[in-house]
Amino acid sequence: MKNAIRKYAGWFCALLGLCMMVFGALRGEVAVVFTKAVNICLECIGIG
Amino acid sequence: MDKKKGSGKRRLTVQALWAFLTNSYLTGFRNGSIYRGNLKKLCVPGLNCYSCPGALGACPIGALQAVIGSWNFKAAFYVSGFLIFVGALVGRLVCGWLCPFGLIQELLHKIPFFKKIGTFRGDKLLRKLKYVVLVVFVILLPMFLVDVLGQGAPYFCKLICPAGTLEGGIPLVLLNKAMRGTVGWLYAWKNLILGVTVFLSILIYRPFCKYLCPLGAIYAVFQPISVFRYRVDEEKCVGCGKCAKACKMQVDPVRDANSRECIRCGECKKVCPTGAIGSGWGKVRSKRDADGVDARRG
Repeated sequence: MKNAIRKYAGWFCALLGLCMMVFGALRGEVAVVFTKAVNICLECIGIG
Repeated sequence: MDKKKGSGKRRLTVQALWAFLTNSYLTGFRNGSIYRGNLKKLCVPGLNCYSCPGALGACPIGALQAVIGSWNFKAAFYVSGFLIFVGALVGRLVCGWLCPFGLIQELLHKIPFFKKIGTFRGDKLLRKLKYVVLVVFVILLPMFLVDVLGQGAPYFCKLICPAGTLEGGIPLVLLNKAMRGTVGWLYAWKNLILGVTVFLSILIYRPFCKYLCPLGAIYAVFQPISVFRYRVDEEKCVGCGKCAKACKMQVDPVRDANSRECIRCGECKKVCPTGAIGSGWGKVRSKRDADGVDARRG
């Protein structure tokens, strides 16, 4: 039983992840990621 | 034996190639700027600061904090989904094969030093720290420690991440005259963390991956159920212990072939004298690979 769950859990989670990515993209999260990534992150480099 | 040595070189080649490919915006290094094209809408699977002059993709941990800390979103479906997707498929294989910062630590560890540390008292407890870093610095602080506009800062990137300092902070400050005048205590703090990480990497194999990396923590959650998995054929295993001795992450593959600490580097497969350790996608073949115990016990 445990093996059966483990066998399909990975595929299920991968599919869930994919659906979440699509949902997140549709609601506009990609723009937030893009805006952050194309501007120098002053906090990340230790300045801001 | 040559085939086994070759597989180690192959992993290093993959790591180096991937690190180069995902940081190949050479114009950024020339001009002291960063890539601003559409590829930055995509996350890379490993820890790679998007403020690296050469970076072509977005850092998933930085992106996660950015969305969580934004004024209009708190739940980060796009980035979380990406991490769940990758983790569920391959677990910490990313750590072993596709993380530039992991590669840097591995290369540093090759530097000879009179004392190399494998494990020590407190090592097991310290391995839990990366989950605390993930929850506190990547999720909770950006979500709740916000400014008047409701925006949270990327606290992991700001206060901890040595990859950002190495890949972004140092090159940009060196290449950018304007930035040189703005460095202060935070820059000093980040460089101190980087310095400690570099030194510890010489002594200890991948210390950041073991104790601090929130990305490794996320992938570790999915490691036991990932589609790509390791398995130990208990009929071939002779219990020699060579795999556990060879593992630089201090994992015993015979006890737990899909341990959360395993970065799936394949060193154990290389040293196994009977070829009992294998890896692959999907089907669980061995009686003892699901959770490191005999599956007949349920």
